[in-house]
Amino acid sequence: MNYKLLYFASLCDAAGCSEEAVSSAACDVRSLYAEIAARHGFSFTPEHLRVAVNGAFTDWEQRLANNDEVVFLPPVSGG
Amino acid sequence: MEAFGISATPIAVDALRRELESAGAGAVVCFEGRVRDHNDGRAVDGLTYQAYVELAKAEGACIVAEARARFSVERIVCVHRVGDLALGEVAVWTGVSAGHRGAAFDACRYVIDEVKARVPIWKREHYVEGAPEWLHPAAR
Repeated sequence: MNYKLLYFASLCDAAGCSEEAVSSAACDVRSLYAEIAARHGFSFTPEHLRVAVNGAFTDWEQRLANNDEVVFLPPVSGG
Repeated sequence: MEAFGISATPIAVDALRRELESAGAGAVVCFEGRVRDHNDGRAVDGLTYQAYVELAKAEGACIVAEARARFSVERIVCVHRVGDLALGEVAVWTGVSAGHRGAAFDACRYVIDEVKARVPIWKREHYVEGAPEWLHPAAR
């Protein structure tokens, strides 16, 4: 399936881009992260991240649909 | 205007304060978070803020709605900056008007604490010496 991934903060630096189109056999959030983290060398484990699909927070077991926008969110530091 | 906003330009504090005006408001509490010249023992000379804007606006609106439900307030406004900020610039502004000061202080504190903990915004510190770094503090 095809996904659009957005990257922020240190994940953006590690990926070398702020977004990318990904074609993957992964069909849930957790397995997609494992694949992407290995490819980009992300050091965060899922326990340290939150995840959003199509602009809303969700959980790591969320099933994905073709063309979903997926964002892995590192710990926030606003304010 | 929206109760929670993201701004790429300097926050217009006076205009936001006017948004809080209400005939029933006997108290107005405002908090300004500003760019400080040090953090964790290092000299800082500026910050860059980045936001996942779509989700930040939704989560910020959710926080304001929670505060309205918890406290007896008239108006709530919160705006967070993104982009490059110099020392002393306002990074986040939260204002609350209410009938009485207790609710105004409590709601203002609630909004800024929840915004810092939950809204997808990140800061990159620029140091006087050394490479800049994104801050990813451990969750509360």
